[in-house]
Amino acid sequence: MYNQTVMSKFLNPKNAGALRGANATGKAGNSSCGDVIKLYLLVDEEGIIDEAKFKAFGCPATIACSDIACDLVAGLQVDEALNVSSKEIFDELGGLDDNRVYCSVLAEDAIKLAVEDYYKKKAKENK
Amino acid sequence: MSRKVYLDNASTTFVSGEVLSEILPCFNALYGNSNSLHSYGRDASAIVDRARDRIAHAINAQKSNEIYFTSGGTEADNWAIKGIARANASIGKHIITSSIEHHAVLDSCKQLEKEGFEVTYLPVDKYGIVSVADLIHAIRKDTILVSIMAVNNEVGTIQNIKALAKTAHDYGVIFHTDAVQAIGAFKIDVQDMEIDAMSISAHKIYGPKGVGALYLKNGIAIENLIDGGTQERGKRGGTVNVPYVAGLGKAVEIACRDISINQQKLKAIRDYFIKSVNEKIDYVQINGHPHQKINGTVNMSFEMVEGESLLMLLDLDGIAVSTTSACMSNALEPSHVLKAMGLEDELAQSAVRFSFGKNLSKSDIDYVVECLAKDVAKLRSISALTKAGRR
Repeated sequence: MYNQTVMSKFLNPKNAGALRGANATGKAGNSSCGDVIKLYLLVDEEGIIDEAKFKAFGCPATIACSDIACDLVAGLQVDEALNVSSKEIFDELGGLDDNRVYCSVLAEDAIKLAVEDYYKKKAKENK
Repeated sequence: MSRKVYLDNASTTFVSGEVLSEILPCFNALYGNSNSLHSYGRDASAIVDRARDRIAHAINAQKSNEIYFTSGGTEADNWAIKGIARANASIGKHIITSSIEHHAVLDSCKQLEKEGFEVTYLPVDKYGIVSVADLIHAIRKDTILVSIMAVNNEVGTIQNIKALAKTAHDYGVIFHTDAVQAIGAFKIDVQDMEIDAMSISAHKIYGPKGVGALYLKNGIAIENLIDGGTQERGKRGGTVNVPYVAGLGKAVEIACRDISINQQKLKAIRDYFIKSVNEKIDYVQINGHPHQKINGTVNMSFEMVEGESLLMLLDLDGIAVSTTSACMSNALEPSHVLKAMGLEDELAQSAVRFSFGKNLSKSDIDYVVECLAKDVAKLRSISALTKAGRR
């Protein structure tokens, strides 16, 4: 059901856990299946994502997608992170069963919400 | 990791030695077609008759010819629901079932809805019990069939079958029950319990997969589901699967013969499991009825932990469990049974079913609980849900 990449990310998600000093978070939930991903970003003064971590309540695919999403956004400019798509996450994992594709969409949602949160917080600071 | 523990006996069981030795000779020594007139056929026919007698005796059917062999519990459910409904459509087109039935029943009802029947799906309480009062309120003049499962496959709750059947009969309505999870768990007497039709399966009681039976009381009208021959009194076509029918007969006989000893053992294992889990793991909720349930099945929600991820981690420890019924594990939606019982989505999502078998030891349980504690802790450490804000 799950390929080796998905299983190894699920068993050893190196980006799992809370992120001390995170200045943006995105929480995405899927109402039909109940999975939840919380993505934490640490963005530096130049707007580069220094570090990304996650916490997740979900199936092995959701945990694997979250881990990959963190890898993909780390080192990017905040607005570049918006270009990371569910397709990219899907490909990076070597594919997912049809009924698990939503997990990659959930991870993309979490990235978008985290970026949105970053800009919101920044706008507040600038007021 | 070489140790293996199978805790998915409600999905299927191994075939016991006694059953296997009943089956094997029918593949090569006694291989006749039970419908043939010659001695090979008569020998096969005698085996089929003996299986029929054994089942009839085990469930106290009035006559052996009230047992019809099928390809399993699913066919028995399909046949009972569709066959009885279609044969009685001139009397009325209303059927009553519960919202926690197996999909073999629910999907058969959905098919009948397409054919113009009306179906009422009775609710259940938080323990998964169908209320007799709800049934009385749902029965109408045009109700022809009530189908309520004897034991729920996901949570193990036992329904008040005798009271539900008597109620249906008070209004002249036929009563069917899916007893796939009930055979061997407690004594079933179809005459005393006033059951008109009952589905049975072999592979939940140490028999082979792909064989089952429908008990149908003489005089209940039913349309055929499978046409094509005079087998099973012309009601179910197809050459009888003699080896598996022999296995089913033996499996039912043993299951009903050994109820007391098996249940004592399962209860001890189940109680020990629950006690150990409660000692070692916090935030665990048991789903289902506290007492009115079978001993073999425990459904637990480990808060903040998603069931399928836990299943996969336990699998790597060599432990087999199930997240909802196996037929559903590809579905995204949480279990329809737990939803009907009113469980919050997150708790339904966290539910895991442990179903015990007669070959388990206490040391197996110790190993399972040790792995459970480790795996639950691992998933909780990365969970996006927190205890804060929860009950």
